[in-house]
Amino acid sequence: MSPTNRTVVVTGIGATTPLGGDAASTWEGLVAGRSGVRALEQEWAADQAVRIAAQIAVEPGEVIPRPQARRLDRSAQFALIAAKEAWADAGYTDKAGEDASVDPDRLGAVIASGIGGVTTLLDQYDVLKEKGVRRVSPHTVPMLMPNGPSANVGLAVGARAGVHTPVSACASGAEAIGYAIEMIRTGRADVVVAGGTEAAIHPLPIAAFGNMMAMSKNNDDPQGASRPYDVARDGFVLGEGAGVLVLESAEHAAKRGARVYAEAVGQGISADAHDIVQPEPEGRGISHALQNLLDNTDLDPAEIVHVNAHATSTPAGDVAELKALRKVFGDDADHMAVSATKSMTGHLLGGAGGVESVASVLALYHRVAPPTINVDNLDPEAEAAADIVRGEARKLPVEGRIAALNDSFGFGGHNVVLAFRSV
Amino acid sequence: MAATQEEIVEGLAEIVNEIAGIPTEDVQLDKSFTDDLDVDSLSMVEVVVAAEERFDVKIPDDDVKNLKTVGDATNYILKHQA
Repeated sequence: MSPTNRTVVVTGIGATTPLGGDAASTWEGLVAGRSGVRALEQEWAADQAVRIAAQIAVEPGEVIPRPQARRLDRSAQFALIAAKEAWADAGYTDKAGEDASVDPDRLGAVIASGIGGVTTLLDQYDVLKEKGVRRVSPHTVPMLMPNGPSANVGLAVGARAGVHTPVSACASGAEAIGYAIEMIRTGRADVVVAGGTEAAIHPLPIAAFGNMMAMSKNNDDPQGASRPYDVARDGFVLGEGAGVLVLESAEHAAKRGARVYAEAVGQGISADAHDIVQPEPEGRGISHALQNLLDNTDLDPAEIVHVNAHATSTPAGDVAELKALRKVFGDDADHMAVSATKSMTGHLLGGAGGVESVASVLALYHRVAPPTINVDNLDPEAEAAADIVRGEARKLPVEGRIAALNDSFGFGGHNVVLAFRSV
Repeated sequence: MAATQEEIVEGLAEIVNEIAGIPTEDVQLDKSFTDDLDVDSLSMVEVVVAAEERFDVKIPDDDVKNLKTVGDATNYILKHQA
């Protein structure tokens, strides 16, 4: 294969999510159909219209030493935890260069978030107002900058081929992985640590999303609040955490005898040009992204057996995505087991594409599609368009090459579809 | 009441421990903040602000660069505390 069209594979995975402090416990929670959503017990939540969220299962302070943690925004803490897990999972024993099996000049990092260091920004503004200028932390700028998570991950692994931070709201994590695939495919890097992170459970974002009428106000039933495809869905539930992959050229992985979870086939990207927040109701932009994926890769629709849908549990968005899948794939959509894992993790915004890529890769690796929980009354429009995995996990074909899609869409009309394939 | 030298070193040790994670017993008069105690330039600002509050003293930015060691900071605070 030419150096500008190299095969990319996934060799490491890491996550810290509302379901568990690592990828294994997250996957276990997904397959078991466990909800990570809980009531917000914080004092500030009392007068919010939305008083539920999918909070992290393992506080990062339990993992990262305090002197290091206090100079990292929460989103960077999540990213670092997930990236270190993925890095070790890929078989690397030290940062690039120290571990001679990877050249730092050929290693990249691409970690994205939707909102950046929002809790640092807001907390330090509180410090400024309450305690004065002198007390504002000198670490504030490197903590709040949106490239903080990617820069910190890049430092941790010693990445010198390029450190990047694509920002596209809730598509950010997926766009990061797509960017990383391109870096390797086109020969800019041999290995890239890529994913998404978000830490936005704070009174301001919750008030703001709540006032947009974007979030579920099902405060009385936290675990039932995120219900994609159910007729009673009333908005998303905010989640937090990170998911990270180690992506590698197939050649580089083979040379060091690395375990390969899946091939990262490529991505399809488009923009709606429709509305700043509303999804285009017929899924036109999503169809365009799916078509781009098919046009730009050798992905065969017959091989696609699973879709980790964007499906955030909003009335408009969930069905538009399914219509697009049906429009582009026709009868091939019949053999695609569609799962909305946000029913369990909540919506991690820029972290979603990272965590759901981890889920998609593990679905192929274990040949199991996690369920969509809380679908008590399936929306007839969803039922007509797609095969939703409801209630319990479903086995995927045990034989042959299979592929999975991970969809992520963001405010601003960003559409990113990633494709992974068994090896 | 003004703090004694011993109390100042003890206070600085607690501050450095909190900020850089260095064991309090390692924070001695002859130790350099940057070379011995893992306190980089940004963290030094934090140390200074915490010390100002704890010992009721003002340490202008121009003076901070002269505070290389724990001893330098201790003497400065002894001399300038209110």
